[in-house]
Amino acid sequence: MTETKTVDIPVQNGDEDRYQLKLGPQHPATHGVLRVDLDLDGETIVECDPKVGYLHRGFEKLAEHRTFAQNIVLTDRLDYIAAMSNNVGYCEAVEKLLAIEVPERAKFLRVMVCEMSRISSHLLWLATHALDIGAMTVFLYCFREREVLLELFAELCGARLTTTYTRLGGVRQDVTHSIMAKLDQFVEKFPSCIEEYETMIDTNRIWLKRTIGIGQLSAEKAVDLCLTGASLRGSGVDYDVRKHMPYAAYDKMEFEVPVGETGDTYARYRCRMEELRQSNYILRQCIDMMPPGPIVGNDAPDLVMPIKPGKQLEVDVHAGNALFNLIEDRNVFMEGDIYVATEVPKGELGFYFISDGLGRPYRMHIRSPSFLHIGALGTMGKGVMVADLIAIIGTLDVVLGECDR
Amino acid sequence: MEPIGIAKELQKKFPDSISEITTHRGQVALMVERTPIVEMCRVLKTDYQMNHLNCLCGVDNLSRKMAHGERFEVVYQLYSIQNRVTLRLKAQVPESDPSIDSITCLWSGANWLERETYDFFGIVFNGHPNLQRILTAEGWEGYPLRKEYALRGDTEWKGFIELKEKARQLSKFDFYGAQVEQE
Repeated sequence: MTETKTVDIPVQNGDEDRYQLKLGPQHPATHGVLRVDLDLDGETIVECDPKVGYLHRGFEKLAEHRTFAQNIVLTDRLDYIAAMSNNVGYCEAVEKLLAIEVPERAKFLRVMVCEMSRISSHLLWLATHALDIGAMTVFLYCFREREVLLELFAELCGARLTTTYTRLGGVRQDVTHSIMAKLDQFVEKFPSCIEEYETMIDTNRIWLKRTIGIGQLSAEKAVDLCLTGASLRGSGVDYDVRKHMPYAAYDKMEFEVPVGETGDTYARYRCRMEELRQSNYILRQCIDMMPPGPIVGNDAPDLVMPIKPGKQLEVDVHAGNALFNLIEDRNVFMEGDIYVATEVPKGELGFYFISDGLGRPYRMHIRSPSFLHIGALGTMGKGVMVADLIAIIGTLDVVLGECDR
Repeated sequence: MEPIGIAKELQKKFPDSISEITTHRGQVALMVERTPIVEMCRVLKTDYQMNHLNCLCGVDNLSRKMAHGERFEVVYQLYSIQNRVTLRLKAQVPESDPSIDSITCLWSGANWLERETYDFFGIVFNGHPNLQRILTAEGWEGYPLRKEYALRGDTEWKGFIELKEKARQLSKFDFYGAQVEQE
């Protein structure tokens, strides 16, 4: 029997020998309905073309036909892993547009829920990213802690994922002693949990080989691709909206922005792990510094959730309508446009609003980080192996609900 | 440097192209002509370190009550990570010729944002490497975010009609491929 040798001959662009692979949209490793059309030379990617739009629900069109208050529920469905951050981002933007004051306690509550959702989002990212690369156990460990946070969300506002927690001019529900006690317990315990995850993967040879040097981006390239969030900071650019344009109570919080150096998958992983620690630290400050007071401002045009829903139903239809017309009666909707960015777990979530004096946004544009991150995938995926593409999709931390809108 | 100072300096450099400088809630916006948009962005990027493109989107001014220029606008939101200043450019695009130069030569991240604007408003970006629809389904007709486009149309999307027809055809067969008797 003669020995056969296989020789990997590189094929030219456009060669018929190239293998075409359609990755997704129903593929567990693409984190949702992301489709990537690949042209392969052996196992190396020659052309990488991400396709999105499978989850497009026309939020921007829909928002033009709904009032500012009604649109809050749409933001839950953007980044459904961290709905709280989207709620806060939307309300911060509308409040700045309409110049609505938010009471101090509501600001702190917003920071608190933002950081809780950041932790839960990063935990889901770590879990699925590790699972993609082949580390099964850390997935289960992450979900153990995430469950605690989701239960807290449910106790706070009745929903685990689609929270709709904020209101224009404040938040919907105040925290109870029970929530604060449970959160305090969580914050106390969480640093040891982070160490646990790190023990599992940080010294793991396979993890290091799969992440170090993969998907490397220079600082200039990352800025050029309009990346934000930890994906940008991993490349050494110190840009965090919480520090650059502080919103809610972030100007009173003490925290650091972790910045990586090498710009590869491992650097981005380290950034997010440090962010978990910083978020935990912010949560600790929120618990300690939470001021007393009202949770909705006096000039809030929004409806406060009825405390006793049973009683509200007895109100006759006409009065009920009047309740919902409140928002159009008050003359708070001035003309003008605004762009407000907030830092969500994935990156910079921006809302560009045009108000023309009615209760509805004339135009609402959502600048979602995932959309631009997937846009960068085409550049980052060129010339790498298929297995590394999965690691790159994981490290960019994309959510398709936010990308497709 | 303050954003209003940058706006004034930019106005000196492009005296004919900047018609108006507005400030709303502390955010400075420039109403600009569409022709020198790439040059303007390049000046802002290199001379004023406005290296981060926050946002790029289209606007349809058809039913807008407040004063406005042309039918369409393309809004560029720029930010300087070093100097922490933000500036907004609103390029005017007429209805008769909805096109503008692409800024993908300055930010490759603008690629998808411009595709999205093309998809929703039908504004053509000259010099874009791959100007195709991005979020709407294949074979979509019309530009959804234009104001005359109805929120609820009177016909189904033709892809969905095809799909229903296919499902009807397939329902004639059972799981093993045998013909099912229709009642």
